[in-house]
Amino acid sequence: MSALPEKMGNANKKKYILEGLSSKLFQFCALISVISLLLIVGFVFYKGSLPFVVDGYSFIDFLTGVDWVPSEEKFGILPMIVASVYATIGALIIGVPVGLFTAIFLAEIAPKRVAKFISPAVQLLAGIPSVLYGVFGLAIIVPFLQNVLNLPRGQSLLAVILVLAIMMLPTIVTVAETAIRAVPKTYREGSLALGASQIETIFKVVVPAAKSGVMAAIVLGVGRAIGETMAVILVAGNSLIIPTSLTDSLRPLTTNIALEMGYAFGSHQNMLFATGIVLFSFILILNFVLAKISAKGEK
Amino acid sequence: MTFIRKTAIGLLVLFTVSALSACNNSNNKTDSSNDRTNRISISGSTSVGPLAEKIADKYMDTNDVKIEINQIGSSAGITNATSGVSEIGMSSRDLKEEEKASGLVETIIAYDGIVVVTHPANKVKNLTMDQVKQIFTGEVSNWKELGGENLEIVVVSREDGSGSREAFQEIVGYSSGELIRNAIIASGNGNIKTTVAMNKHAVGFISFEYIDSSISTIDISGVKATAENVLQQKYSLSRPFLFAHKEDHLTTAGQQFIEYILSPEGQDIVEEVGAIRVK
Amino acid sequence: MRTLKDNILRGFLWFAAFLTVAILVTIVGYIFMKGYRLINFDFIFGDYSPTGHGGIWPMIITTIYTIIISLIIATPIGIFAAVYLQEYAKQGRLVRMIRFATESLTGIPSIIYGLFGAVFFVTTLKLGMSIISASLTLTIIVLPVIIRTTEESLKTVPNTYREGSLALGTTKLQTLYKVILPSAMPGILSGIILSIGRIVGESAAIFLTAGTVAAMPEGIFSSARTLTVHSFLVTQESGDIELASAVGIVLIVIILVLNLLATFISKKLNKANY
Repeated sequence: MSALPEKMGNANKKKYILEGLSSKLFQFCALISVISLLLIVGFVFYKGSLPFVVDGYSFIDFLTGVDWVPSEEKFGILPMIVASVYATIGALIIGVPVGLFTAIFLAEIAPKRVAKFISPAVQLLAGIPSVLYGVFGLAIIVPFLQNVLNLPRGQSLLAVILVLAIMMLPTIVTVAETAIRAVPKTYREGSLALGASQIETIFKVVVPAAKSGVMAAIVLGVGRAIGETMAVILVAGNSLIIPTSLTDSLRPLTTNIALEMGYAFGSHQNMLFATGIVLFSFILILNFVLAKISAKGEK
Repeated sequence: MTFIRKTAIGLLVLFTVSALSACNNSNNKTDSSNDRTNRISISGSTSVGPLAEKIADKYMDTNDVKIEINQIGSSAGITNATSGVSEIGMSSRDLKEEEKASGLVETIIAYDGIVVVTHPANKVKNLTMDQVKQIFTGEVSNWKELGGENLEIVVVSREDGSGSREAFQEIVGYSSGELIRNAIIASGNGNIKTTVAMNKHAVGFISFEYIDSSISTIDISGVKATAENVLQQKYSLSRPFLFAHKEDHLTTAGQQFIEYILSPEGQDIVEEVGAIRVK
Repeated sequence: MRTLKDNILRGFLWFAAFLTVAILVTIVGYIFMKGYRLINFDFIFGDYSPTGHGGIWPMIITTIYTIIISLIIATPIGIFAAVYLQEYAKQGRLVRMIRFATESLTGIPSIIYGLFGAVFFVTTLKLGMSIISASLTLTIIVLPVIIRTTEESLKTVPNTYREGSLALGTTKLQTLYKVILPSAMPGILSGIILSIGRIVGESAAIFLTAGTVAAMPEGIFSSARTLTVHSFLVTQESGDIELASAVGIVLIVIILVLNLLATFISKKLNKANY
């Protein structure tokens, strides 16, 4: 490809031009994801920084303020930050062990016929719109909590945690199961030959060997939980308080954006973009931390 | 050079198939009127929305227009009408000075009442305006204090940009900052109604049009929430339904639609859905 | 001691699996029980009306519109991008940058996409709350999916194919078009099917970019609502769980069909190719 021979035929020349053009086209297409990312980050950060750079709001007050009253120009998102953190951690505490154990069960213990039936079913559920989990949450979980725990309202942190935990189950199970299945047979055989029991082999050899895949499963699950919006709106109650118990209703960051974006304008709208920046930072921190953890695991 | 031809043909087929299927869908189900001038886009209040939808439904039966209604809340509707995203904005509160200053013209298409609602099992059926204020600001937190059962009060309010909320707060006399913090925020009349209907503890406020048997309505100082009482100015929780538009954004089709709403035929529908005639 | 511990852990494994299956069966079962009564010809193919439960044909059409438009744009771009990364690019900063961007796009929550779409496509590009705004937003959302699956399947094409083809004197482009892409077809198709699933299931991003008009869209510049958004709105606005569930059934069936299709295609094409 280095130099075009002078005597090359017309057809060949065309061919080479086409080759060159197409490789440029492919490169451009590949760059579109970079352009999109830059546009998204650029727009969100630009709009989100306007209130602080131009309108003179304090960013610290924004992060630590407890009042969110747009019509009175009060924009504090501490309650929502706390709500998002609690809801995500709660969902993790329930969803990860259950999901992981289910994945281990399907990959290692379940009779082949059972696993063959359940695995695709769970996979299918990973694709179901999250809104439907919210519908179920509002119709069943909210009234259930209210009646059983005798609460004044069922829309609560607990309801959000349950809906998110259920929603992330299929994702965690599917990804973790694939990772566990990918561990070579020889690992298991070696461990069993050394006299370890099946359970010991699973927890001491197979799962550690599948660590990076399992981590990926958790990251994906958490990502789904922290970013989920519409299912959460239905069960959170969207109150503007810092939740102090599992039965308080709450408003996570995502819901704040979805609830108010429809009618917000001016600095109120920009503040929603600032809320987006905070959400964005959470995702970045999460990815960073988990990348660190899995890097450590690799060593 | 067959490969170029084949690539080209392949891409062409892909695109035409997709394009055709898109076209088919539109051809099958939409009217032949692709003329974009025959479209009226309306957005705004979820209180005005259902009324506007019903009138539009009837209007579109006999007129060759397509009316698009987005229920996104009063403030958003007014913003859209100002910026030209929508031809007409619906509002369930009066326009603010700065909104009028931006050149918006308002047309009152109906009046409407706001009613305080509770779960049907709630024994409290009558409140004074002051008690309503105390409930929504959190001074009173148990139904027992109002003559009801020993149940914690759960306040359900609309979101901050809602016209109903602004009108309600103005008449009752409290500000957004005073609203009890742990109030459940519901983004629409229907959402409030559903939340209240599902919860014995709850209290909220909705438009007259949304009243049905799933919730129980509260009288204010003994005055029932009815259209007559609003007309006779006995019941004070009421506000106008507005269409707001900018002169240069309004098409003839939009103008005719507004005229239709104000006609006796349109006003009959207003009454049908439980709102109050203009005249 | 050891057997006791083993048995406890084994018990937990069974319990967790049972719990997962029970919960998921309950949810799907509940949605079917609640919604199946509404499903009939008029419900699926009928026009929407604000009274009663209303037909969902407009929402089905809107959903199809968004799928087609997003894919028309995202598929070629995604495939070409993957081809670039796998077949053309040399490892280096540019490739690392592209990969980083693609991975980051995967991790962004859909509400952020919604925010971006609402301000970029709807306001800045003046496309308004419309199907086209939503579709363009969705294009960015599914792009990483298509790139990744295409890349994966390009990786599985044996190098001998490339070498064999090039040795016969074909150009790189010819090899790509006649040898590599056909062998990678199953992966590409499964990527497209995954993307359809993602589009069908998306709510927040569409809610903020396409609006909520419950009527047959006039074209791609109309505001409209997809099935998933419809399911959300009827739950929120009217608390009509039955209707939301009926829409849910339609969604679940669509996802099911897509999954079966993906399995079928990859089996069929695998047989054809190897």
